[in-house]
Amino acid sequence: MNAQTLYDKLWNAHVVRQEADGTALIYIDRHLVHEVTSPQAFEGLKLAGRKLWRTASILAVADHNVPTTGRAQGIADPIARLQVETLDNNCVEFGVNEFKMSDMRQGIVHVIGPEQGATLPGMTVVCGDSHTSTHGAFAALAFGIGTSEVEHVMATQCLLMKKSRAMQVVVEGALGKGVTAKDIALAVIGKIGTAGGTGYAIEFSGSAIRALSMEGRMTLCNMAIEAGARAGMIAADETTINYLKGRPFAPQGELWDKAVAYWDTLHSDAGAQFDKMIKLDAAQIKPQVTWGTSPEMVVAVDGRVPDPATMSDVVKREGAERALHYMGLVANTPITEINIDKVFIGSCTNARIEDLRAAAAVARGKHVAANVKLAMVVPGSGLVKQQAEREGLDKIFVAAGFEWRDPGCSMCLAMNDDRLAFGERCASTSNRNFEGRQGPGGRTHLVSPEMAAAAAIAGHFVDVSKT
Amino acid sequence: MQKFSVLDGVVMPLDRANVDTDAIIPKQFLKSIKRSGFGPNLFDEWRYLDHGEPGMDNSMRLLNPDFVLNQPRYQGAQILLARENFGCGSSREHAPWALEDYGFRAIIAPSYADIFFNNCFKNGLLPIRLDAEKVDALFKAVEANVGYKLKIDLKQQTISASDGTVYKFDVETFRKHCLLNGLDDIGLTLQHVSEIKAYEAKHRAAQPWLFT
Repeated sequence: MNAQTLYDKLWNAHVVRQEADGTALIYIDRHLVHEVTSPQAFEGLKLAGRKLWRTASILAVADHNVPTTGRAQGIADPIARLQVETLDNNCVEFGVNEFKMSDMRQGIVHVIGPEQGATLPGMTVVCGDSHTSTHGAFAALAFGIGTSEVEHVMATQCLLMKKSRAMQVVVEGALGKGVTAKDIALAVIGKIGTAGGTGYAIEFSGSAIRALSMEGRMTLCNMAIEAGARAGMIAADETTINYLKGRPFAPQGELWDKAVAYWDTLHSDAGAQFDKMIKLDAAQIKPQVTWGTSPEMVVAVDGRVPDPATMSDVVKREGAERALHYMGLVANTPITEINIDKVFIGSCTNARIEDLRAAAAVARGKHVAANVKLAMVVPGSGLVKQQAEREGLDKIFVAAGFEWRDPGCSMCLAMNDDRLAFGERCASTSNRNFEGRQGPGGRTHLVSPEMAAAAAIAGHFVDVSKT
Repeated sequence: MQKFSVLDGVVMPLDRANVDTDAIIPKQFLKSIKRSGFGPNLFDEWRYLDHGEPGMDNSMRLLNPDFVLNQPRYQGAQILLARENFGCGSSREHAPWALEDYGFRAIIAPSYADIFFNNCFKNGLLPIRLDAEKVDALFKAVEANVGYKLKIDLKQQTISASDGTVYKFDVETFRKHCLLNGLDDIGLTLQHVSEIKAYEAKHRAAQPWLFT
């Protein structure tokens, strides 16, 4: 048999049937559901009188709309409340396993899936959310889908799709001090652009990737979609298997051994062919900061805001001019001279325990700068929050002037009350710096947790590799 | 799903790259549990001068006269002309729902984000990929001619301009078939129930831990 990529293996293992033009029916193992993209799907099922194909494949949680303070009082916004209640009611009606808002296990869907062991190597994982690529960190084929497809998976356990091309992103060497998986992700996006991965499934490999923890791998695969790739993935290894052992949804005993034997095959074979390959030297990657309104508008922290006048491509130049205007930035300003108003540490990209530990290590014994109006830490799940509190991280954050909140998507997309005011500038560990993403007129700079914490303390961006 | 065969419509140009789904339909409108009614909030932050929230009377809001959607010459447009990587970002199907609800039936751009591209086909909205140079030529033509229209024929896979220029475009056979006939994907897939069941049994035997 020909040498296969990890993507080939995952794809081939899930083909139910194939049309003449290559459109395949792909079987889905795990379906994660949240409140924003599911109500119309459940409604569609009801209208057509259809049932769920395999109820046990679904795990549901409300995360986008939930408040991060005063949760006992419920959701104040009546429209958001109705959406969460609709999810609750649909889960009861269809018998779906849901972690309710009051459940300790509630959290961001892409944090709780892996945390529960509901994401396993070799699986196909879907969710009506583009950051589903996160789960590819476990050598799973994981990608975001629209609501029509959510309904399709609910009714048939399958999706109609064509195979993507395969891209390999190889990162060799050791990351420098203060450089994280987030910086790798932003550096890759800066190199290939936000459409560089369109039509591809990306496999991240190389010694720098193998050295990452599962949290770091999830951060990296999470951002694959910001490079345009629906799916990002990383081969299974000891790190993967050690992370999963003993998790509630993970197999046990004899089944565990059988599963591990299979998971050990989930890597690209030597000599497997990719349609495209990108190489990065880990040692050359510096802490990254976005300056514009697309994740590809990114530079190293020791760099400057680019000058659109130097860009030859007209569409790019106009885009950069528009971005600088929106961001209230002047070309050639050193990144470290940009002052910030708010700090957000959280999101499906960077709200896991390791992210909080890294941010706390920077904040320990220091205090948020006077010009920073709000610095908030939003753990990715109730269990992450509990673990952090066990380690005393909450006390470090609170003593340093950060707010310690309840889990949810929060100010990554500002669907709840956590948002930027018009013109406010934020150092954010989230994944998108689009116009208005964190609130209308808000200005987002994407960074790692270390960089966000350091910016909170200094009141402006600082190079954590030099501190 | 609405069928798509031939569309003869006014073209509206949106001259910026990387238009994301947050811009197409901002997050506050995603709180709706419905599939319809998103049209008045399409491109909300660019289209209105004030901040929009669900439940507002949009007819009372201040329009941004500089935004193309508000310009008289593009009223009633059914074809959106866009730049590369249109629909990037979030997977929200509310983006094609908003475009469709507003009245767009087709988009022409050099490239699209994968999830958005896919979502369009589920909603009777045809996203056409055309080379960047051809798209550029169309931008110039739209700019130069008030009321500029194009005729899109899905069956023939052609876009025809009134000056006689004809552009061919590609579309996957299966997607074309579904769009021409307004077919519901779920209904089609359920014709293969026995194959899905057979696969599932085999899969369960190979990886029983997935079914516990």
